[in-house]
Amino acid sequence: MRNAIAAGLIAFAAPAAAETTVGLLLPASGNYAALGQDIEDGFRMAITEAARDDIRILREDTEAKPQAGLTRARKLIMQDQADVLVGVVSSAVLGAVRDVVHQAQVPLIVANAGNSDATGKDCSPYITRVSFSNDQLNRPMGEWMAAQRIGSVFTLAPDYAAGQQMIGAFSEAFTAGGGEVVGGDFTPFGKTEDFGPYLAKAQASGAEALYVFYGGADAISFVKQYDSFGLREKLPLYSVGFLTAPLYLRAQGEAAEGVIGALHYLPSLDTAENDSFVESYALEHDGNLPSEYVVAGYDAGRLLLGALETGAEGRAELAAALPKVAYTGPRGPLEIDPATNNIVQNVYVFETVSRDGEMTHQLLDTVEAVRDAPNGCEMG
Amino acid sequence: MAAFWLLQLLNTLQYAALLFLISAGLSVSFGLMGFANLAHGALYMLGAYLGISVAAKAGFWVALIASPLIVGLTGAALHLGLLRRIAGKGPMPQVLVSFGLVFIAVELVRIVWGDVPLTLAAPEALSGTVRILGVPYPAYRVFVILTGAAVAILLWLIVHRTGIGAALRAAVENPDMARAIGIDTGRLFLGVFTLGAALAGLGGVVAVPIVSASTSMAMTALIPALIVTVIGGMGSVTGAMLGAVIVAVIEVFGAALWPDASAVLIYLALAAALIWRPQGLLASGAKS
Repeated sequence: MRNAIAAGLIAFAAPAAAETTVGLLLPASGNYAALGQDIEDGFRMAITEAARDDIRILREDTEAKPQAGLTRARKLIMQDQADVLVGVVSSAVLGAVRDVVHQAQVPLIVANAGNSDATGKDCSPYITRVSFSNDQLNRPMGEWMAAQRIGSVFTLAPDYAAGQQMIGAFSEAFTAGGGEVVGGDFTPFGKTEDFGPYLAKAQASGAEALYVFYGGADAISFVKQYDSFGLREKLPLYSVGFLTAPLYLRAQGEAAEGVIGALHYLPSLDTAENDSFVESYALEHDGNLPSEYVVAGYDAGRLLLGALETGAEGRAELAAALPKVAYTGPRGPLEIDPATNNIVQNVYVFETVSRDGEMTHQLLDTVEAVRDAPNGCEMG
Repeated sequence: MAAFWLLQLLNTLQYAALLFLISAGLSVSFGLMGFANLAHGALYMLGAYLGISVAAKAGFWVALIASPLIVGLTGAALHLGLLRRIAGKGPMPQVLVSFGLVFIAVELVRIVWGDVPLTLAAPEALSGTVRILGVPYPAYRVFVILTGAAVAILLWLIVHRTGIGAALRAAVENPDMARAIGIDTGRLFLGVFTLGAALAGLGGVVAVPIVSASTSMAMTALIPALIVTVIGGMGSVTGAMLGAVIVAVIEVFGAALWPDASAVLIYLALAAALIWRPQGLLASGAKS
């Protein structure tokens, strides 16, 4: 009798299914607020599609500040007892939270920050990246441009970790392919709005082409200013594709025509997976196209769902299961490299073209299954 | 190579013109009322966003007039409703209240216009490039230079050639004496504050076809504008002109010649000004 009561109590007390708590570590204010919103939309889209109600989503605002990111990460880990963290937009914030995540042994699915070190010399079994690394996008672009027999470039990027890593990876690959970087500048980050002085320098450098990395408001200003100086014929513009990403394309308009870039996702990719993804996103968002940030959030969600389907539960099991998930999604085949926990994916080289009065991306080339070298990563 | 230097000279003039529009109002209200109005950058941001909205309905040229008018009226309302009450209370409440206004303005802009940066196309007549001494230069940037120059000349004429200007100079020089001889300094302050806000609004709408509008504008404009005011001297239109040209020369040629240091050069200039001429090159009181 007593045993029966005990058994009944245990059955009653045990929850039907363990709930998984997800902490979204995304900017809701500051420069990157729009990116944070896109990632959250994508993540929720994946969870909604799977119709799971055992996933609790908490959200904390990191702004674009390492200190804020660190405080919020600590709160999610210690106070909210999150099983898994998703997010981080800024590379600087990722640098700041890396040790906390690693020491607390909480899995973090990185859904944007490209900081190459996070899956290089600072890699961790608890950090899995489904977005891209700065190296991963720029190296294929350097090789591709050298193969197009472009002899010399002038480079421009904002003066912070991401800008330096992107231009560094590009220059290395471009030079190795036989090209020459004749000059370049890093512009003061967050202070430069007028690129006129730098565009005049690029023009005077005698380079055949211009290679840049800019994002956010800078991306819009840069492309418009490049166009207004009439440089299109003299100095073709190449970039890592964030410059003319869908988020900015409407504001840039015709000024973006002819810009060539490389990205891990394009809304115009012609695959069954992407078609249905674009359709269901557009239905919810006034016919807008999903950005690469939406896709990163979505893939973070699919990765988590994949790990949960294996029966993984809690921090340690999830951390082990996440990197083993592979699937073909909107951006194409996706797997995680066990050597670094960084995503292995296609990189798409595209040209921004005007079609029926709308700006869109035309695919020029696909570099398949781009994988980062370990870059000093020793998975413990 | 001559083309390169000519381009950089034009870039300097264009940047100076924009800086002058933003700084003139800040400098004069600083000098006149001793009021450190940190919300000035927010007025510039507001000018840009209002410009985008008005231009979408009525075109660029209407926006060019309407946006500064609305921002000017907003400035007047702020002055009457809030800032006037703390004008005599020393710098700390002024800084706190006006800086608080920046945060409020930024959040309001985010609610109304969203987080994605917006932009405004230059009007048809000003798109494309014009040749200056054989060097192609964006027509719109030439327009910015001319707008800045026109406003500078107009302000100089008002300050130095009209009765209101004379009253203004007197009030900057010695407000108590000015009041004693019957100058209504309260009304004068309101007028100056409104005009300064309108100029910041004009700066915003003029800037936005070049730089895109985002909420970070409120801060990115404020800092150089404060530096212009410190270097040029408070309360003087000529000082704001001189300060704007100096800051533009340092920023543009710094970027061209010594890019690694370009982020700090301007602060070095600021430090130098504070050490050797803390009142500014052409402060009120100095002959301007």
